[in-house]
Amino acid sequence: MTVMTFGRAINAGLRKAMDQDPKVVLMGEDIGKLGGVFRITDGLQKDFGAHRVIDTPLAESGIMGTAVGLAYRGYRPVVEIQFDGFIYPAFDQIVCQVAKLHYRTQGNVKMPITIRVPFGGGIGSPEHHSESPEAYFTHTSGLRVVSVSNPQDAYTMIQQAIASDDPVLYFEPKRRYHTKGEVDEAADLSQAPAVGAASVVTQGSDVTLVTYGPLVSTARDVAIAASDDGVSVEVIDLRSLSPIDFEPLEASVRKTGRLVITHEAAQFGGLGAEIAASITERCFNYLEAAPVRVTGFDIPYPPSKFESHHLPDLDRIMDGIDRAMGRPNSLSALEGK
Amino acid sequence: MAEVHLPTTEFEEADAAHGNQHGVTDEPNADAEPMVSLLSVEGELTRDETYSPYLDALSAEELLSFYSDMATVRRFDQEATALQRQGELAMWVPMTGQEGAQIGSGRASKPADYIFPTYREHGVALTRGLDLSLLLRQFRGVSNAGWDPRETNFHMYTLVLAAQTLHAVGYAMGMARDVAAGLAEAAATIAYFGDGASSEGDVHESMVFAASYQAPVVFFCQNNRWAISVPFEVQSKVPLVRRAGGYGFPGIRVDGNDVLAVYAVTQWALEHARSGKGPVLIEADTYRLGAHTTADDPTKYRDRAQEDAWRLKDPLLRLEKYLRSLGLADDEFFAKVSAVGDELAAHVRAAVVTMSAKDIGASFANVYATAHPLIAEESAWQRAYEASFADAEGVAE
Ligand SMILES: Cc1ncc(C[n+]2csc(CCOP(=O)(O)OP(=O)(O)O)c2C)c(N)n1
Ligand SMILES: [Mg+2]
Repeated sequence: MTVMTFGRAINAGLRKAMDQDPKVVLMGEDIGKLGGVFRITDGLQKDFGAHRVIDTPLAESGIMGTAVGLAYRGYRPVVEIQFDGFIYPAFDQIVCQVAKLHYRTQGNVKMPITIRVPFGGGIGSPEHHSESPEAYFTHTSGLRVVSVSNPQDAYTMIQQAIASDDPVLYFEPKRRYHTKGEVDEAADLSQAPAVGAASVVTQGSDVTLVTYGPLVSTARDVAIAASDDGVSVEVIDLRSLSPIDFEPLEASVRKTGRLVITHEAAQFGGLGAEIAASITERCFNYLEAAPVRVTGFDIPYPPSKFESHHLPDLDRIMDGIDRAMGRPNSLSALEGK
Repeated sequence: MAEVHLPTTEFEEADAAHGNQHGVTDEPNADAEPMVSLLSVEGELTRDETYSPYLDALSAEELLSFYSDMATVRRFDQEATALQRQGELAMWVPMTGQEGAQIGSGRASKPADYIFPTYREHGVALTRGLDLSLLLRQFRGVSNAGWDPRETNFHMYTLVLAAQTLHAVGYAMGMARDVAAGLAEAAATIAYFGDGASSEGDVHESMVFAASYQAPVVFFCQNNRWAISVPFEVQSKVPLVRRAGGYGFPGIRVDGNDVLAVYAVTQWALEHARSGKGPVLIEADTYRLGAHTTADDPTKYRDRAQEDAWRLKDPLLRLEKYLRSLGLADDEFFAKVSAVGDELAAHVRAAVVTMSAKDIGASFANVYATAHPLIAEESAWQRAYEASFADAEGVAE
């Protein structure tokens, strides 16, 4: 076991994947000498050469479209999108080409492309640098979407994403890049949890709290705070956003009867809606209360001075737990109770 | 109210003086732009220092086969149009008039080269040895793409305009790597796109990437003057070939209805690309004689006179004149070619009418390369749902 930061763990995972497969090539803006604006690819160009770690022209559709061509030719491109808000110029290539080519070719051509996206807020950035666009992609058939919440997963799952014969969007919670954790670099990938598997990170019995990416550590804190209040919270890290591994969610909700989902992304049409609907369909008879969503507001990402009010934090999620538990909460006041 | 005419910039003032309202000083003047043309409308061949050597290397049989390829794909195009009229195809995208550009460029490619077409390159498909009936699977609605692109290095048709130009560049970047690693022989890609698609951002980005990495790609634009109902002048005020200079690679404008010139120019461009010297842009000047698709009505937006003028420049006619003048082809040859076309048409017709969609269940296959729980669940439900009707029918009988 080595203690390393989240960012370093991704770097180590990339390095291992590149070591093992000469067809793995990294593409992106400023990822070479600079090592990316977040330094995630730091040192990789020096060690693997400019033909493996490619500083591309500044054009996201161009990066994605040429990655498609390279994948055709048998390469495994790993594309870095510099910031969440700049993935949209590549949206057409991702949705119409990357996602559909395996289907269109009846399986003759694979698209083993990994798209790394630093996402989410909390770092005080200007507009377009704090977005959570994951639902655009979970809504698109043909893509796999994951989000990592800790250094070990970051290390393992980047390798799994690269090894996948399907295209994978890999959402990195940029505000957690400097979080440290233990990473087993010698771990056998074949023994690692499947890339699609959700994991129970805190056991509990009163309410199930589902989240992913940046809010997993917040959710752990919620579990601790709630237990002081006498509420036992089970925290589930989705890890995979598409497909969703519903089994552990169902098992948990059958036990707790209560479900809270939290994410930074806006509420309407988000993952919380999908999970609430699916769990209601699957576990209706076990539910003691309506599922609760605690999310970013349905507004454009606000100026960063307001982001602490916009993003779900410990207090907002605690309030969601209170709603699920039928305790006095923010809605009580609104309802005049 | 008095009209006020105040030029807002010095440029507008200058333009106004020249009677130009759009600030464009370089009006499109296609005729003034140099163009490689070797075989005249009258069927006379001129010599060109750079390009004629490629033709000198052609045998009589090869020359004749340029004609038979063009005639065959035209016959195929007619048959597909007829099949659409008869309800066998949902839609068809005719290419008549563009045989010179397509056969000439396709024939210049080698098997190891990789072709990224748009959706109208039926002639190129023929030169790659694809069974043309497979092109129709997509237009009959039984498949999103009817062939395995790896068998002929002829990519599926791409319907999102210009997206494939980037794929061609990425693939070419991969080719160059493989050559450098000693894994492959030198080869190039050809990215086909239209005059309308040339305005898409992906064409720009593909040229930026190709130039930046000196990728072995030939950009082949068939400027057939129309993008559905929109004339070329709306896309660009200057011939597209001039853009190449802006990206820093050679551009060649060629008479797209001169199959021999297109062949020679594309040979030159492919050799340039394969030898590591980077991309080339070819603008083939041609014309879409038919409708955009079988759902389109060109009488609503263009003059019959324009079509008639282009009919005189027919790529088949001028090659026929040339072959006859050389004494290489007689009536018997042309009758034989026409019989070959009829044979292909019969094959295509027979194949199309038996093409049926597998049951919808097959549509759940290959969404992902590896198992996916949601797709598996929906597929199982769909099967059970359909089966419930079968049971009901069984009971009724
Ligand atoms: C991105 C995109 N926008 C619009 C369309 C609809 N469309 C299909 S063909 C076409 C015109 C294309 O013209 P051009 O590129 O000149 O090719 P041509 O049809 O003449 O071969 C349009 C607008 C499309 N397929 N893709
Ligand atoms: Mg056109």
